[in-house]
Amino acid sequence: MTVSPSLDERFRTAAATLELLDVAYDVLPDTPVGPLLVGVSDRGLCTISFDAEPEQHLEKLARVYGPRVLRSSKPVDRVRLELDEYFEGRRRSFDVEPDLRHVADYNRRVLEELGHVEYGHTTTYGALAASTGKPRAARAVGTIMNRNPVPIVLPCHRVVGASGSLTGYGGGLDRKEWLLRLEGAIL
Amino acid sequence: MIPPFETFYEAHRDEIFRFLARRLGADAAEDAFQETFLRALRAYPRLSHGDHLRAWVFTIASRIVVDDARRRRPQTELPELTAEDGLPAFEELAPLTDDLPPKERAAIVLRYGYDLDYEAIGAALGSTAQAARQAASAGVRRLRKEQT
Repeated sequence: MTVSPSLDERFRTAAATLELLDVAYDVLPDTPVGPLLVGVSDRGLCTISFDAEPEQHLEKLARVYGPRVLRSSKPVDRVRLELDEYFEGRRRSFDVEPDLRHVADYNRRVLEELGHVEYGHTTTYGALAASTGKPRAARAVGTIMNRNPVPIVLPCHRVVGASGSLTGYGGGLDRKEWLLRLEGAIL
Repeated sequence: MIPPFETFYEAHRDEIFRFLARRLGADAAEDAFQETFLRALRAYPRLSHGDHLRAWVFTIASRIVVDDARRRRPQTELPELTAEDGLPAFEELAPLTDDLPPKERAAIVLRYGYDLDYEAIGAALGSTAQAARQAASAGVRRLRKEQT
């Protein structure tokens, strides 16, 4: 005898409704860029991950945000909806707030600047570094993009090399290219 | 390190549900299941380590079974549990049982400290009611020997 899906769902919903979770997450199994693991805290969106194998990722979330990390679909509904709209070309910016409280100061500043790069536009690692007052920090900015906790919503795919080459992406260059094409930034 | 609650929940939900269904019947087990894991979730951030999580969640489930039985039966049939100085009974037992082998110690603390029955203790220790009873009585014999 095992726990029925409805009882399982009932517990997961109650856990979120009673605000007992540090992070509620769900896996969006089939987006155009593959499965996405999306996690939210009471302060906002804390993770979007292209890694569909969640185990290690959950451990990391537990270390950073607290151990009450549980799959629960309802708290993720709003982000799910916004991502769906984005992937369908009906949304150009996100309303959901990223929860960056555990990101180091300078990294957070870079990510906040990144949030101002508009849909369909690109910038370079050097220009983004310069916008934070550190024009020589292009390489550091590259690392910060690679560790962006909430890709897509904070659009690190819009940051390219000085020559215009796509350079790199935490989720793989194919995904970066797909996202830029969706936005009409490349043809 | 305490595992993510998801990992803990996935690992134990089915056996906890089976245990509750045996004790309470499938219908009542659903509410008890929800209550068990909500209680576990509330207490989870206060755990100092991730050892013995299985025994811990069985303890919570057993408490809920006892509470449920208490609600259903008339008050007079119930023995009063004494806790005169406010210390839970298992706190008093712990120092006495320090030198016992781990399995016997666990069986005694769960039986006489937490007031679990042998079926619950067997489930918590990953063995049978029979083995739990044997471990507890071996522990008691050993304690008597040490006292004299």
